[in-house]
Amino acid sequence: MAIEIVQPSTVGLSKIAVSDTHGEDSPYFAGWKAYDENPYHEINNPTGVIQMGLAENQVSFDLLEEYLEANLESTNWGQKVSGFRENALFQDYHGLLSFRKAMASFMEEVRGGKAKFNPDRVVLTAGATAANELLTFILADPGDALLVPTPYYPGFDRDLRWRTGVQIVPIHCDSSNNFQITPEALEAAYDHATSMNIKVRGVLITNPSNPLGATIQRKVLEEILDFATRKNIHLVSDEIYSGSAFYADEFVSIAEVLESRNYKDSERCHIVYSLSKDLGLPGFRVGTVYSYNDQVVTTARRMSSFTLISSQTQFLLASMLSDKEFTRKYIKINRERLKKRYEMIINGLKKAGIECLKGNAGLFCWMNLSPFLEEPTIKSELAIWKTIMHEVRLNISPGSSCHCSEPGWFRVCFANMSEETLEVALTRIHEFIKQRKQ
Amino acid sequence: MKQHLQNPTKNPPPTTTSGSTGVVTDMRVIVPLQGVVQGGGGGLILGSIIPCALFYFFQLYLKSKNRSGDDSAAPPPPQLPEIEPPGGGLQRVQSVRSIWSPRGSNSQVSSRASFVIKQVDNPYYVGLEKSCLDCYDEVCNPGGIIQLGFDENKLSLDVVQDWLMAHTKCSIVCQDLQMNGITAYHPFDGLSELKMAVAGFMSQVMEGRVLFDPSQMNLTSGVSPAIEMLVFCLADLGNAFLVPSPYSPDLDRDIKWRTGVEIIPVPCRSSDNFSLSTASLNRAYNQAKKRGLKVQGVIVSNPSNPVGNLLTRETLYNLLDFATEKNIHVIANETLVGPIDDKNQEFVSMAEIINSEEYDRKRVHIVYGLSKDISLPGFKVGVVYSFNQTVLQASKKLMRFSSVSSLSQRLLVSMFNDSRFVREFIKINRERVERMSDLFVGGLKELGIKCMKSSRGSYCWADMSGFIRPYSEKGELELWEKLLNVAKINATPGSCCHCIEPGWFRFCFASLTEKQVPLVMERIREVL
Repeated sequence: MAIEIVQPSTVGLSKIAVSDTHGEDSPYFAGWKAYDENPYHEINNPTGVIQMGLAENQVSFDLLEEYLEANLESTNWGQKVSGFRENALFQDYHGLLSFRKAMASFMEEVRGGKAKFNPDRVVLTAGATAANELLTFILADPGDALLVPTPYYPGFDRDLRWRTGVQIVPIHCDSSNNFQITPEALEAAYDHATSMNIKVRGVLITNPSNPLGATIQRKVLEEILDFATRKNIHLVSDEIYSGSAFYADEFVSIAEVLESRNYKDSERCHIVYSLSKDLGLPGFRVGTVYSYNDQVVTTARRMSSFTLISSQTQFLLASMLSDKEFTRKYIKINRERLKKRYEMIINGLKKAGIECLKGNAGLFCWMNLSPFLEEPTIKSELAIWKTIMHEVRLNISPGSSCHCSEPGWFRVCFANMSEETLEVALTRIHEFIKQRKQ
Repeated sequence: MKQHLQNPTKNPPPTTTSGSTGVVTDMRVIVPLQGVVQGGGGGLILGSIIPCALFYFFQLYLKSKNRSGDDSAAPPPPQLPEIEPPGGGLQRVQSVRSIWSPRGSNSQVSSRASFVIKQVDNPYYVGLEKSCLDCYDEVCNPGGIIQLGFDENKLSLDVVQDWLMAHTKCSIVCQDLQMNGITAYHPFDGLSELKMAVAGFMSQVMEGRVLFDPSQMNLTSGVSPAIEMLVFCLADLGNAFLVPSPYSPDLDRDIKWRTGVEIIPVPCRSSDNFSLSTASLNRAYNQAKKRGLKVQGVIVSNPSNPVGNLLTRETLYNLLDFATEKNIHVIANETLVGPIDDKNQEFVSMAEIINSEEYDRKRVHIVYGLSKDISLPGFKVGVVYSFNQTVLQASKKLMRFSSVSSLSQRLLVSMFNDSRFVREFIKINRERVERMSDLFVGGLKELGIKCMKSSRGSYCWADMSGFIRPYSEKGELELWEKLLNVAKINATPGSCCHCIEPGWFRFCFASLTEKQVPLVMERIREVL
């Protein structure tokens, strides 16, 4: 070879590849690292960090396990040769019809039959993360914005913005009215975006809310829908925690509101759902976009080629989700168990002198540590968060990573551990607060 | 990347005239000065009418150009949209929108979505949708459309099925289903056991000529997300990739739809056996430059799709030389064909070249699709293989949008670890693909249709130019339509593959049974 020439620094990469819009450097994720390095274990590592930053549902796992063990044979794809052939070959973006029917049926069950779902409007994606990103690609162009009420799930910064180039403009909510979304806040957010010459394409709400752990009231849903109609924008309702509302009648889906309006103006509405939270099956990567807009359904279906669910997964779950006896039982017991956990943690925290937002859904509670902050600032919030992480050895999520406008709030997950572990966590918090008071 | 505020995009405020599909166009057709026209004297009327009429028709003209697929009138055949040269902020946003929607229509879905909706008339999608709705079935629908437009391999499914029947329950239930088992969150880029198993499998197919390193690998749910992810990592909105044509219609989707990256085809000709030359790469590169497009890389398929050529060692070296000279990336989409008996053809993986030569490994990225190689289309697993740490790290994070179900991963781990099964399977699958290829290509030959010399892929590239009239894209599409609607065969016309020579068709035959081949040939004969 000729003279060795030193090449200039490597061939260029995209902005997406080198940016930090993935947001994984935020405290939300930093806490996970601390847990990974020193995970709590009842026996092997009782002084380790307890993970309370991961919203995973393990309280009803035994029900799933029981079902799978009993029914795996019958869901075996070896049943008929032709059955296997059609099913395994469904790499197509339409997805297995039986699975789409099963998803539609399950979504109806979760809403207690108060809304109907059409399997032809179900578009399958590999998880709700992909569903939210997919909808963003479809509804907004780079530089456009979605309005999202604060506090919101930190992952949205990545899921809605990273590859799509779309912006998030926050709808500010505060504790004065339990963080509910008000028409004034909606208008203010919209006006703010417009004043910066940013085109608003839609509102994205999470109902029940993450991180608040509370359902959105019917009246508020109606107001949000009216607002979206007035501004001629879309409404995305991420209902991933719909099956985790403690009382079935306290959860109102946007689907019910639309049904009561005879689906007038419904083509601006889209629902995101997944089996990761309600069914505790995050590993299976099952999500869905349900849209009342034909064009969105068609486009989403075609784009779902980028995020397909394996046919084995579809096949396995199709029979489980269509089994009404099982799903009814599961949903009911799951709600009860989550409620029990919630009460346990709320009471435990109360005994320690900590108040939480009154919640009625989800896998977490929204804890108020603002009375314990040195100053009402994010700096103080992060300081106390670090202390809790390193000294109390609990990983909880600070409100600032959820873009909460008031410092001092924290999201604490309770469904990803055993009751015993939760007791240990509560004891540690108790001790911590006691010491701080001294 | 800070989400900096974009400059105003000067779109007029939307007026809601949403039709049943909910799409809003906001060009108002104004009939101006109606009042004036109705009143007034002669000269005033004429003086008002003529400019009004012109204005009216001009608006109608503009409006019809702005249609975003929301009515039944067929839009013109899909064109590569004109891209304005990238400029400053405002201009840049405009040119960005023009990638998806030439006039930046303000419909209620995004420009990206509007572009996808327009694909409805693309013969590739028309064919796929139609054959889905009227699918051939020997028993239930013998008059249905036989699908030869989807590249998937059903030939050895029974072998896989037998294995699954024997091993599934154990693979799933005997494993720890619990907390750390298959239902919990797992690394989005794939279980490390699966990566190791896949690396081993790939090395096995290559008969040890390349050793694949699992730590350079990320697993995702198919080849499409793998390619798209790499494009997102290597190019910004408005950049371009060179792609030798004819190329698989799926690449139009994978490279362009959501990324906003453009494709510059590098035409290859039958006179050179559709081989790729440095001269044509340079020509395409310069064309891109003239249009103000920044080329970030070249994407090749090996074997090429739809032609079925294997890229020779020399071609690969030339390609890397070209990429080095221009300081751009190379993405190689490889289907693991493995060593072939034919001494004239050998499959050379980019991984082999990169190992042995002093090229900058950071510019090479390889994609593998397990769906075809191990005939597991339902499993949907794609591999991103790269030596560029930044790309690996970024794509690892991106995998969260297209992760493989843990259920499938567990099954695959068990399957790949059964090395006896893998060996048997590779052997049987190869034999069956070869046999089907010979049968199908032979059948076409009897009809007077010659195919490109195949590399034992699951499709063939057939020259039907002798049967089209006129010798043009129009003639080709007429034959395609006859094949679809009369012969009830869905094949992919060369124009969908951006082939510059009319008359070529791609037939995917690995989803057929041997019994069906004579039926297919009979049907094709009908329309010739």
